[in-house]
Amino acid sequence: MTLEINNLVVEYRTPDGVVHALNGMDLQLEKGMTLGLVGETGAGKTTTALSILRLVPNPPGVIADGNIKLNGEEILKKSERQMDEIRGKVVSMIFQDPMTSLNPVLTVEDQIAEVIERHEDVSYKESYKKAREMLEMVGIPGSRGSDYPHQFSGGMKQRAVIAIALACNPELLIADEPTTALDVTIQAQVLEMMKSLREKNKMSMLMITHDLGIVAEICDTVSVIYAGRVVEHGTLKDVFDNTRHPYTEGLFNSLPNLTNRKAKLKPIKGLMPDPIHLPAGCSFHPRCNYATEICAKERPEKVFRTERHFTECHLYNEENIIKGGVIKR
Amino acid sequence: MNNPKKRSQWADAWRRLQKNKLAVCGLVIFTVLVLGALAAPLFLDYETDVTGINAQNRLQSPSSENWFGTDRLGRDVFARVVWGSRYSLSIGFSAAAISLLLGGTIGAIAGYYGGMIDHVFMRVMDILQAIPATLLAICIAAALDPSPRNIVIAIAVSFCPSFARVVRGPILSIREMEYVEAAKAIGAKNRTIIFSHIIPNCMGPIIVQTTLSVAIMILIVSGLSFLGLGIQPPTPEWGAMLAESRSHIRDHSYLAFFPGLAIMTTILSLNMLGDGLRDALDPRLK
Repeated sequence: MTLEINNLVVEYRTPDGVVHALNGMDLQLEKGMTLGLVGETGAGKTTTALSILRLVPNPPGVIADGNIKLNGEEILKKSERQMDEIRGKVVSMIFQDPMTSLNPVLTVEDQIAEVIERHEDVSYKESYKKAREMLEMVGIPGSRGSDYPHQFSGGMKQRAVIAIALACNPELLIADEPTTALDVTIQAQVLEMMKSLREKNKMSMLMITHDLGIVAEICDTVSVIYAGRVVEHGTLKDVFDNTRHPYTEGLFNSLPNLTNRKAKLKPIKGLMPDPIHLPAGCSFHPRCNYATEICAKERPEKVFRTERHFTECHLYNEENIIKGGVIKR
Repeated sequence: MNNPKKRSQWADAWRRLQKNKLAVCGLVIFTVLVLGALAAPLFLDYETDVTGINAQNRLQSPSSENWFGTDRLGRDVFARVVWGSRYSLSIGFSAAAISLLLGGTIGAIAGYYGGMIDHVFMRVMDILQAIPATLLAICIAAALDPSPRNIVIAIAVSFCPSFARVVRGPILSIREMEYVEAAKAIGAKNRTIIFSHIIPNCMGPIIVQTTLSVAIMILIVSGLSFLGLGIQPPTPEWGAMLAESRSHIRDHSYLAFFPGLAIMTTILSLNMLGDGLRDALDPRLK
């Protein structure tokens, strides 16, 4: 197993109160697989990613509990120096917005060469040669490396960011909404490219997104997260075809219906709860159409449908989870 | 876009600087001044031309013989003004360099790490800044012996706070940028992040502050010398020359005019150049 997160609790201790960003996050990602992390804005997707690299801004962020194991080694016990060796080499991250994640005053090849020089024992010249090879790999002519980021289009910038992330052949790539800032045609290109590079480099990938289309396209397993907890996890097929949790159901219902174009969208009612004052019990109960009394009192336990597909919801017990049909899509 | 030629950042900046007429003008004037200062010993002998007394030839008005006239000891004012630029420029630049290094580093560390470090460093800088720079320089210069080295120290120390502030400000905003986070995510060390990611992004304000400071520092050197705390006569420093010319300002005003003109030209050219550099060095302003 490449990455295993157990009961991770991350809090942002601000003057206005404690923001409960992650409340017992569990994730498993096997080698060579792609895990989709799906959830609304503010569900804790990016915080999860930053925790893996131990880059949660501190203060105010504090990793209060839990553990993160990378190839069996505990990340949270590593020194800052050891972390620097991991960042970019073992785990690298693609940031959400390519427009702001490239330094405007350095050329693109400077920025790719930087990570190569940092982690690989190569000369200055070789690192630039390799930087240009990386650019070619993501489909940009190597000679464009001497350009500045502002001379690149949005799609090219995101490719350049991907080139930086892949420059040292990481074992785990965290992609934090890599296509959100791009238009749909470029999105498709970038996704295609990421898919082929993943095969080529045999790496694991953590795909953070709120776009279920991207999940269907690229992921092997899916974790649906809500208010800093995984509410449903399973393989792509489990989650898409045997949806159990009402929140996951709500996400699917918010998608436009391609067969009946006149059908109205059915968005999930209400808003993400304020993470300073999370509802007691199941955090989703104020927005849930199926909520009962117990939902406001007790946090639901995991109920397993198969060995790998589980959901955290009071609607289910060992028997009815297999059959399904408790919620209507 | 169609011509992906290899260009360095500096070549780009140079190309942009050339488009700015005022900046080129400032650069030309400033280059002439620097070349003059460098070449002065080749044409003018310090002992005879600059400080040698020639009583028969005193207080001559400007002529083809003595371009800027002669002073009350019969010394050629042109030779003294040219030689004087050696002092003003070298003191101005070394003080600015020391101040930038010291203040800039303090500001960068304070801004990047924040928290307690920021508080301690910036409060010390605040205390220094509470005293006007000129006054502080006068105090330090008065406490130490009036030698060029001590003047450099006095001016450099009194300018540290403004450099610390100028560097810290942009760093506070730049350290929150996503590319800094991205740099951390590839395992870059703090030192690398500060010096190769953050500092180049605030070059604009730093360069403007440096060139403007050199200008102000030259003014302060002249001011200190004028007050007798700086370079001592007979060394031909512009401020000291102005001080000497005071008693002759009614009948031989050229004695005050030429050193004054030299000070003004230097500062004007530096200011024009500084402004041009700011525009040229910022790739985002293209």
